[in-house]
Amino acid sequence: MSRIHVNTSVNGDALDFLCEPNETLLDALRNRLGLTGAKEGCGTGDCGACSVTLDGSLVCACLVLAAETEGREVGTVEGLADGDHLHPLQEKFLEHAALQCGVCTPGILVAAKALLDRNPDPDETEVRYWLAGNLCRCTGYDKIIRAVLDTAADLREA
Amino acid sequence: MRFESPTTVQDAVGLLAAETGLSRLLAGGTDVLVQLRSGFVEPDLVVDIKRIAGMRDVVPEGGGYRIGAAVSGAELGAHDGVRGLWPGVVEALELIGSTQIQGRATLAGNLCNGSPAADSVPAMFAADARVTVAGPGGERTVPVMSIPVGPGKTSLARSEFITAIHLPARPDRSSDAYLRFIPRTEMDIAVASAGVSLELEPDGTCRAARVALGAVAPTVVLVEDAAAALVGTRLEEGDLKTLAEACSAACNPIDDKRGTIEFRRDVAAVLARRAALIAYERAGGTQ
Amino acid sequence: MSLDESSRRIFKIVGTRPVRPDGVDKVTGRALYGADMTAPGMLVGHILRSPHAHARIRSIDTAAAMAVDGVKAIVTAADFAAADDPDLQDILDNCMARGKALYDGHAIAAVAATTDKAARLALKLIAVDYDVLPHVTDVDDAMQPDAPVVQSGRAEENVPPGLSENVTTYVAFGHGDLEAGFARADKVIERQFRTAATHQGYIEPHACLATMGPDGKADLWCCTQGQYMVRNTCAALLGMDSSQLRVTASEIGGGFGGKTTVFIEPVALMLSKKSGRPVKIVMSRSEVFRATGPTISSSSDIKIGMTADGRITAGLARLRYQGGAFPCGTVSFGAQSAFAAYDLDAVATEGWSVMTNRPKEAAYRAPGAPMAIYAVESVVDELCQHFGLDPLDVRLKNAARKGTRSSYGPTFNEIGLMATLNAAKEHAHYSAPLGPNQGRGLSCGFWFNFGGDTCVSLNINADGTVGVTEGNPDIGGSRASIGMMAAEELGIPLDKVRTTVTDTNSLGYNDVTDGSRVTFAVGLATIKAARAAIDEMCRRAALIWGIDEDAVVWEDGAARPSGPNAGDFDPLSLADIAARSSETGGPIAGHHEVNADGAGVSFGVHLVDVEVDPELGSVKVLRYSIFQDAGKAVHPSYVEGQMQGGAVQGIGWALNEEYIYGDDGRLQNPGFLDYRVPVASDLPMIEPVILEIPNPGHPYGVRGVGETPIVPPLAAIANAVSRAAGVRLTELPMSPPRVLKAIKATSA
Repeated sequence: MSRIHVNTSVNGDALDFLCEPNETLLDALRNRLGLTGAKEGCGTGDCGACSVTLDGSLVCACLVLAAETEGREVGTVEGLADGDHLHPLQEKFLEHAALQCGVCTPGILVAAKALLDRNPDPDETEVRYWLAGNLCRCTGYDKIIRAVLDTAADLREA
Repeated sequence: MRFESPTTVQDAVGLLAAETGLSRLLAGGTDVLVQLRSGFVEPDLVVDIKRIAGMRDVVPEGGGYRIGAAVSGAELGAHDGVRGLWPGVVEALELIGSTQIQGRATLAGNLCNGSPAADSVPAMFAADARVTVAGPGGERTVPVMSIPVGPGKTSLARSEFITAIHLPARPDRSSDAYLRFIPRTEMDIAVASAGVSLELEPDGTCRAARVALGAVAPTVVLVEDAAAALVGTRLEEGDLKTLAEACSAACNPIDDKRGTIEFRRDVAAVLARRAALIAYERAGGTQ
Repeated sequence: MSLDESSRRIFKIVGTRPVRPDGVDKVTGRALYGADMTAPGMLVGHILRSPHAHARIRSIDTAAAMAVDGVKAIVTAADFAAADDPDLQDILDNCMARGKALYDGHAIAAVAATTDKAARLALKLIAVDYDVLPHVTDVDDAMQPDAPVVQSGRAEENVPPGLSENVTTYVAFGHGDLEAGFARADKVIERQFRTAATHQGYIEPHACLATMGPDGKADLWCCTQGQYMVRNTCAALLGMDSSQLRVTASEIGGGFGGKTTVFIEPVALMLSKKSGRPVKIVMSRSEVFRATGPTISSSSDIKIGMTADGRITAGLARLRYQGGAFPCGTVSFGAQSAFAAYDLDAVATEGWSVMTNRPKEAAYRAPGAPMAIYAVESVVDELCQHFGLDPLDVRLKNAARKGTRSSYGPTFNEIGLMATLNAAKEHAHYSAPLGPNQGRGLSCGFWFNFGGDTCVSLNINADGTVGVTEGNPDIGGSRASIGMMAAEELGIPLDKVRTTVTDTNSLGYNDVTDGSRVTFAVGLATIKAARAAIDEMCRRAALIWGIDEDAVVWEDGAARPSGPNAGDFDPLSLADIAARSSETGGPIAGHHEVNADGAGVSFGVHLVDVEVDPELGSVKVLRYSIFQDAGKAVHPSYVEGQMQGGAVQGIGWALNEEYIYGDDGRLQNPGFLDYRVPVASDLPMIEPVILEIPNPGHPYGVRGVGETPIVPPLAAIANAVSRAAGVRLTELPMSPPRVLKAIKATSA
């Protein structure tokens, strides 16, 4: 079994790494690239804690082989803020206390951004269904949903 | 394990044919990666088909559509043409898993995983969809219904794979619908499901019908008695009762962690009836 | 330490909603959780687990595994010395099976290797010779005299005879003449209930990184609710002095009680000790479900009598809890809390604790209370239906209040139950109309709350800023509330305070983050530490002014002369005094160490509307409101968050979550696919209504809030579903097949 050399882009940075053929994108991000923002909560695509974007499409990094990302663009929570300016979703999550333990938060932020990029005016039901694959065990989702809706409203006014 | 991402169908077939050990096709990967991770399968070769030309394309074809084997739920859901012609198939694929899963999951993968609870399969049965199978002897096109043969088992030979799904053309006043039951609102495997496709006469009488049930037998089942209960009717209460009875009778389910035999029988009938009414309304029928 | 006499003080910071200090780390992915740490030369650890529910381990042959290239150490129970204390021995036996595998998933051996692949290969090569034994996983089955015995010789002396050796504990509480009480009733209802085991379901699996050198010094990084508990437990199990093991708590991705014990930590330390290399172990989700603590499953009989005008005349609860393969004390909490919401003349509760071939029970948010109160509140609701009485009026009529002799003994002080019931009654939700197939349910909830051992250190920096050092992992915003109380007491802006959760060598012992104790007990110690620092700052000001230190007071963040007689000096702010600390005697600090009591019990009332699909048996939660006495809410957003999160865990418990065992005794749903925690689309907004009845035991009136919210949802949902479906449901979860079956049984 020989390692595979992968050239990819993560949060806009051109990167390359060697990985095992059966290695997931999640493991490559966490163990090879030092990007531990994406978390492994289940390893089976059931919790969404490892949500990232792949060529702009929302995916679970645990269900993508690292080798598949050759020539593609990966986006993670570490790329949400612009330098020292937080993304509006990050600001609103803090303002609304939309996190308790925070371990699901990176995945939820990446997923919520993917929603707002595509639909600037989602209603509550749309937000709830879009985020159904992101488990949160602390908050009961209430403050998360409010933070996303409030961000969308602010962005529409901006 | 080797990982290959060929750019032609021929190369993919060649890789599969040359592999003496276990191989797996990778389209969306939403089932394969879970199996890899758990150690449930330890393939010697994984072939990623997403870099093969046409695999991610949806192309009009004789009034219907050819859907590449690597087209994801999110991509198909964004295709107005397919959604307009076969809303039941699109909604079935879109019900699989989360938004994240939708970014990857495919009709072909859902079919080849061989689960009797696969959401898109009853809808494709009801649609009488066909698939193109590539193999060492070239390509052949066969009915979707010929692919599943048992839980986790398909009729595909070891060096064959599906390259496309074909959804046929259909006349005006026809439509389809898919419903499934899960305990939560998202993120579960179907406990029972029903896909219904209808063609109506101009007066709203049902001219042709196909009804398929999922998660109630070792494979998805096409229930001809249920379809017959609808043909020639306007889906009145008595007709729907006959449909429901035919559906319950066609069920051969198991008791498991997701539901009981009794529950699956009852719920499959309720879903078939509700799906039939949705398809009827979509086709322009009024009662 | 009691409520300040100035309890009606106007707070400047407490009660506001600032951004939490660890917030930016947690929204940017920078915060480091258990699995996020690495060390040079680190090995990967994996654990071999029993595929059998119950089996004698005849032998374990590790030779072939040890020969795998890259394998550096293998550990089994034989590597650990027996513990002196039976509780510690149980923890050890749960971490590594000794002689018998007691449940599906029980750890048998562990491997550390240079790569994940080598470790996994080695696991496959460990040859375990099992003698498979009969097993039992159901609580009632396990009590039968002929049941397979999980462990012998564990029963306490007062357990009544005639039961299986699996029954380890018997408890009883109550007062009054039960028979006379039931005789006075116009209606007596007796019902049996069952609840499934549920898992805490934290999203972060257990993870740790252990480093032990040949000098016997060790460092451990892990996700835990209590680094001191981990330190003491692991040091004892490894025969170390606790000073030689420094434990650092990572950020914690949820715990809910499930991270108040150890599983992998002693194993990682032993692997590190044997290999001489750092060892990291991260559980898979399947391991979390199979081998870490679910809550108990229960079977219970409830009998309640009521007069036609709604007065409860007597209540009896018999509770049978299974807590997995080891003795478990949780039934005592159930027996004490079952009738806690009621002011009763005659009440009796009994509890039996039972061992089964399931994983060792771990605490889960108000452990033992939800299932007991579910059963009681279901029968109270059925009595209300019988008499056509308003369920809130009946609760108000019977509610425990100040002076009530509680069902478990003590007499209540200031409690907020009446206030929460009245708030629920006045809320628009209670009178909103319901549609077809809809039902409204309510339930009271109760939890004891806890204080415990607590240490806080507070340093005044020369630039006028403050560092607060505390020893409890921040599981949901406690750095914010602790920092707020420090700033409030010192009279300085919140951004001048930084709160740090420290390792075990930097403070004295702190009890784990449990019992809803942190904001109460750490807050109390923080206020005391601040007051100690203030005393010192006043002394320094006196020195600077050349007056008596008794003539200096602290007001609005500054030392001031206590009155005209003390002298005419401009106030010296905290920053002024801090800047001159070196010349006035050196650095200024305050600290406080306490075993905090006075936590104060907590009550809540939940109100829920549901809709049942009568053809499918599915339940949709339409509207949910929570009324809870929180004492003084330090950071109301995070108090609301506790209420909302607890309620949703309870909703999951009521509707879909359960441990499902097959006939083979193996867990059938060890993953988030089939262990169904609520997802966002399952739920409506959850409206929290905070009532602030000050806790007399805390200077600001703070009361623990975290656990009570998981108690009422079980019965609130069950009562709503029963009313919507027209049939009383008596088993949790009320999964669709169960609901549909009940509906069909009544219509048949």
